[in-house]
Amino acid sequence: MSFSPYVPIVALFVLGALFALFSVSIAPIVGPKRYNRAKLDAYECGIEPTPQPVGGGRFPVKFYLTAMLFIVFDIETIFLYPWAVSFDALGLFGLVEMVLFIGTVFIAYAYVWRRGGLNWD
Amino acid sequence: MEDLKAPSIDYAAVAPILILFGAACLGVVVEAFVPRRARHAVQLTLALLATLAGLVVVITQASTRVTTAVGALAIDGPAVFLQGAILVLALVSLLLMGERKLEPGGAFVPQAAITVGSEADERQAARAPGLTEVYPISLFAIAGMLLFVAANDLLTMFIALEVFSLPLYLLCALARRRRLLSQEAALKYFLLGSYASAFFLFGVALVYGFVGAVDLASIHTAAAESDRDPLLLYAGLALLSIGLLFKTAAVPFHVWTPDVYQGAPTPVTAFMAACTKVAAFGALLRVLYVGFNGLSWDFTPILGVVAVLTMIIGAVLAVTQTDIKRLLAYSSIANAGYLLVGVLASGERGLASTMFYLVAYGFSVLAAFAVVTLVRDADGEAGHLSRWAGLGRRSPLIAGLFTFILLAFAGIPLTSGFISKFAVFAAAMEGGQTWLVIAGVISSIVLAFPYLRVVVMMWLSDPSDATPTVSVPGVLTTAALAIGVAMTLLLGVAPSLLLDLTTGAAEFVQ
Amino acid sequence: MEYAQATGLLGNVWLLVAIPLASAALLLLLGRRADRWGHWLGVLAPAASFVLGLVLFAQLSGLENKSVELSLWDFIDVFSFKVDFGLLYDPLSAIFVLLITGVGSLIHVYAVEYMRHDEGRRRFFGYFNLFVAAMLLLVLGNNYVMLYVGWEGVGLASYLLISFWYTRPAAATAGKKAFLMNRVGDAGFAIAIFAMFAALGTTQYDEVFNGVGALSSGLVLAIGLLLLLGACGKSGQFPLQAWLPDAMEGPTPVSALIHAATMVTAGVYLIARSNPVFSANETLQTVVVSIGALTLVIGCIIGCAKDDIKRVLAWSTVSQIGYMFLGVGLGGGAYALAIVHLLAHGFFKAGLFLGAGSVMHGMHDQTDIRRFGGLAKHMRITWATFGLGWLAIIGMFPFSGFFSKEPIIAAAFEREGWTAWLFGGAALLGAALTAFYMTRLFVLTFHGKPRWTEDIKHPHESPALMTIPLILLAVGSVGAGFLLSTSVPDWLTPVLPEHGEEAHGVLSHTVITILSLLVTVLGAGGAWLLFRNGTQEQEQPAGVLVTAARRNLYADSFNEWVFERPGIYLTRALVFLDNRGIDGLVNGLAAAVGGGSSRLRRTQTGFVRSYAMSILTGALVVTAAFVALQLGWLV
Repeated sequence: MSFSPYVPIVALFVLGALFALFSVSIAPIVGPKRYNRAKLDAYECGIEPTPQPVGGGRFPVKFYLTAMLFIVFDIETIFLYPWAVSFDALGLFGLVEMVLFIGTVFIAYAYVWRRGGLNWD
Repeated sequence: MEDLKAPSIDYAAVAPILILFGAACLGVVVEAFVPRRARHAVQLTLALLATLAGLVVVITQASTRVTTAVGALAIDGPAVFLQGAILVLALVSLLLMGERKLEPGGAFVPQAAITVGSEADERQAARAPGLTEVYPISLFAIAGMLLFVAANDLLTMFIALEVFSLPLYLLCALARRRRLLSQEAALKYFLLGSYASAFFLFGVALVYGFVGAVDLASIHTAAAESDRDPLLLYAGLALLSIGLLFKTAAVPFHVWTPDVYQGAPTPVTAFMAACTKVAAFGALLRVLYVGFNGLSWDFTPILGVVAVLTMIIGAVLAVTQTDIKRLLAYSSIANAGYLLVGVLASGERGLASTMFYLVAYGFSVLAAFAVVTLVRDADGEAGHLSRWAGLGRRSPLIAGLFTFILLAFAGIPLTSGFISKFAVFAAAMEGGQTWLVIAGVISSIVLAFPYLRVVVMMWLSDPSDATPTVSVPGVLTTAALAIGVAMTLLLGVAPSLLLDLTTGAAEFVQ
Repeated sequence: MEYAQATGLLGNVWLLVAIPLASAALLLLLGRRADRWGHWLGVLAPAASFVLGLVLFAQLSGLENKSVELSLWDFIDVFSFKVDFGLLYDPLSAIFVLLITGVGSLIHVYAVEYMRHDEGRRRFFGYFNLFVAAMLLLVLGNNYVMLYVGWEGVGLASYLLISFWYTRPAAATAGKKAFLMNRVGDAGFAIAIFAMFAALGTTQYDEVFNGVGALSSGLVLAIGLLLLLGACGKSGQFPLQAWLPDAMEGPTPVSALIHAATMVTAGVYLIARSNPVFSANETLQTVVVSIGALTLVIGCIIGCAKDDIKRVLAWSTVSQIGYMFLGVGLGGGAYALAIVHLLAHGFFKAGLFLGAGSVMHGMHDQTDIRRFGGLAKHMRITWATFGLGWLAIIGMFPFSGFFSKEPIIAAAFEREGWTAWLFGGAALLGAALTAFYMTRLFVLTFHGKPRWTEDIKHPHESPALMTIPLILLAVGSVGAGFLLSTSVPDWLTPVLPEHGEEAHGVLSHTVITILSLLVTVLGAGGAWLLFRNGTQEQEQPAGVLVTAARRNLYADSFNEWVFERPGIYLTRALVFLDNRGIDGLVNGLAAAVGGGSSRLRRTQTGFVRSYAMSILTGALVVTAAFVALQLGWLV
């Protein structure tokens, strides 16, 4: 039995765990404690925090919908970029595949559009 | 820069998968552009036709034995057989989903988030009687399953797993009745399903770490020939198995099953019980029989313990169930155990008997859930078993058919249940796994009790005021029920029709 | 042994079974719509099978080896376990087909009239056709599994028909009793089939018979005894005889067809069909002979003690089948003798039962022979046909019973040593007793002064639909004996062993013939003397009874003390054991499972977090097990 190939991995796991433990436990002890309003606020990408809505944190579902649509098209872009960079190498096959891919996304787009997913109200 | 060589794809072999994916996309387009009134008919027709077309193509491909798409897909005997099985069972499930006579608008609600009985709910009922997205969603799931059983490398398998799992999570949430239960079920299924997928993916990573590739042929070669320490390979196989055993509902990864089976709309439950089982076992068979065959099956004891636990715990828990869908869920868990016995029998016999079992069980379970959709009162399906008391007096035909199905589950001769159990147990005996057979027989005895309890309740109790009437089924449910019962009988009386087929198909290509 | 494939006309053998089966399905499925004409369809089906049977019989006799096989489809084909759904049409099954459909058709005709006023007549004919189909399947199958399917089919039909008048508690109970006692035998038969499959890997007749020689004698004995248990259950032989008399609660045509002529002889068929198995072990044959001899004596003794016309006939059936068991147990040429007796018995016993039905028909369903008497004048045809049946069953020359029973008695005397005296003596005793109680039955019913109940003024003869079958069956019981005893053994030789050289037993054949005729005359004469003036109408207290009545009582109490009381005690003991021991065990197990289930259920909390925990734990254990396996810690 030879554990040798795994010893560095295990060592890394252990080191990582130790570091995390160390950081979390040492910070409250040595860090200065000077609180202000901004520090206690929830972190929301740096913008002003939205006030808590009535009823305990429920948002209209429209926000989620928009976020999801964004992700779909975001991923499309991510796919398009490397394809464009190596377009020459991929040739006709790559083009066909990409058209198929865009077509599929477009079907989803058409569905969202027709079913009113793009209307805010 | 070198030109990339386009991979060669045997389009004829993968045609069924392409047809289903194409039809699913088309279904989305239909959803977008066809007027609401005509949608249901168009969608149902499209789904049935696509499934049928896929089936026809699968049948014409019956003798195909190739790997294609750079070895990512293997269209071989088991793949073709299981694809055919999935398509046939899916066809019957689609019939159940399409039923709109039992309840205005069918079993699915367009906007599940709306509170039952509220003003918005009434508006929604008036505007859109039912949800038609279920058909494209189901088609995606079916296509994913077809891909899953043909996947010849672990990454394709993982993607197929997700492709058929995500639609299933969605389908679970769409019940018209008991909406909160349905949504809770969907969320549980989604969370636990993703959790299990992570195990699978981690397993893929570990296996890749050992083999340096993800295709099953390389794994086979590496497992058989590599002189390195196969610790990673074993750990990877363990994690892969966990991901797949979750889908097959094996103990201890079964915990989601009762809740999801109970909460999901009954046609979807039927679809999951029949088709997901086929797909999950198909993939498990391929992973074990192709990829890890080189490990000389020394992992059998471990998976054997899982099988024994699955059979015993599924059967024992079924005893105290009071809800018919939960009872069937536990029965499905126990059946996963019997199927695992077939898988662990190893060799051609094990493969053939497992495939036979999958089809036989699929038809029976579809018929059983078809009956469940029929027994209903003003509040929808009457799930609690006490409500089934005296059903034999009220509706002897339906109670008689259900009795027949339960007897098939219990493994009474002249039903497919007997032949399929006999086949897997015989294969396991031959494979030297007597202990699994002993556990299987004990479990069958325990499991006969809850089935017979239902039978006794239906026939020997007096009907009370609470006994629901049986709704007159529409033509779709009637067809589904008739097919399920007829196949259960046929496979019990003349099993050789299908056994010859499975035996002929019982060889993987690498 | 191998059989040729059926070709040409013989390829239609399956129709024999299919016709009555289709008719039964129609009758039972069509419901009230078939009420008006259903009974005629019910008659037509066995008649059609009979005609077909005759045609096929002629075809078969033209063949060289007189046997054909017809493979229809693979009934079960799971890997090495193969069962053919196939038929075997050979001399033995052909002759049974003729008996079943021939006698069956006559009884069907009779039943049209007998059941005329019954609301359930269509249902009755449905079950009756079902029985015919199952019985034909039983004799036509080419393997033990097919035989078993038919076996269970006739059991089902018998159960349905015994409790046909299910609103009568006695009929429902009798049906259950028959069903349960048959289960005991069937279990034995089923285990025998399992054993055959385990030892030989097949249940096809030809393969089993070819392979039986290679088996150890212990295994052959075990298989044979289990088959015998099945045969005893179906044929009402000791120790499983008690259900048969109770089965008379069913309509009389049922008693005639199922519980006299055909189904109850299935056990004899089973043993005759399995003759290579039974001939392979001498102990086995001795057991069969002993059971046959014991049962035939028991049946006679009890028959003497009964006053119900159908019960007397039922016990006589038990005893006559005892003769057949004696025959098949003796082996060699006696196999064919037993079949001859079976056929002859099929005719005269069916005739006797139908005659009894005719009497009951005229007497307001009275069955107590003490309340009959003097009916000969009122029912000429019934009297004459019943009389011919009576002469046949007691074995009077030249009626059929003489030609069929006497050779079996002679064969019993051909055994070696003291067993010849034992079994031959029992057979002779049986002949004497049979003559006694059948004469008693006949005289009390048809002669002497009327002892009718008050409500009966003018007993009437039955209509033609009932008397014609009676006449035909009576003709059969007169003429068939001689014909059967000369031609059938030759016909059966390809299936059953040939009658070898005339063995010289302890007595010469002539002496036996004279002896058996003598005891018959003595028995009949004794009964005539005792009962020609009738008998008491009620059971009398001891001391007032005439000698013969005392003997009856003696038989009754014998029966009670030897069979009933111990039976009751045994039952009580078993119930006690069952309640305390077995039920306790079963209930305890069930409680344990149920308790375990309730406890396990609590793990199903409904919280995703606990489900995830379960999956994680399982995953850790499984992965750890795999790793441990690889590291070699598990093995």
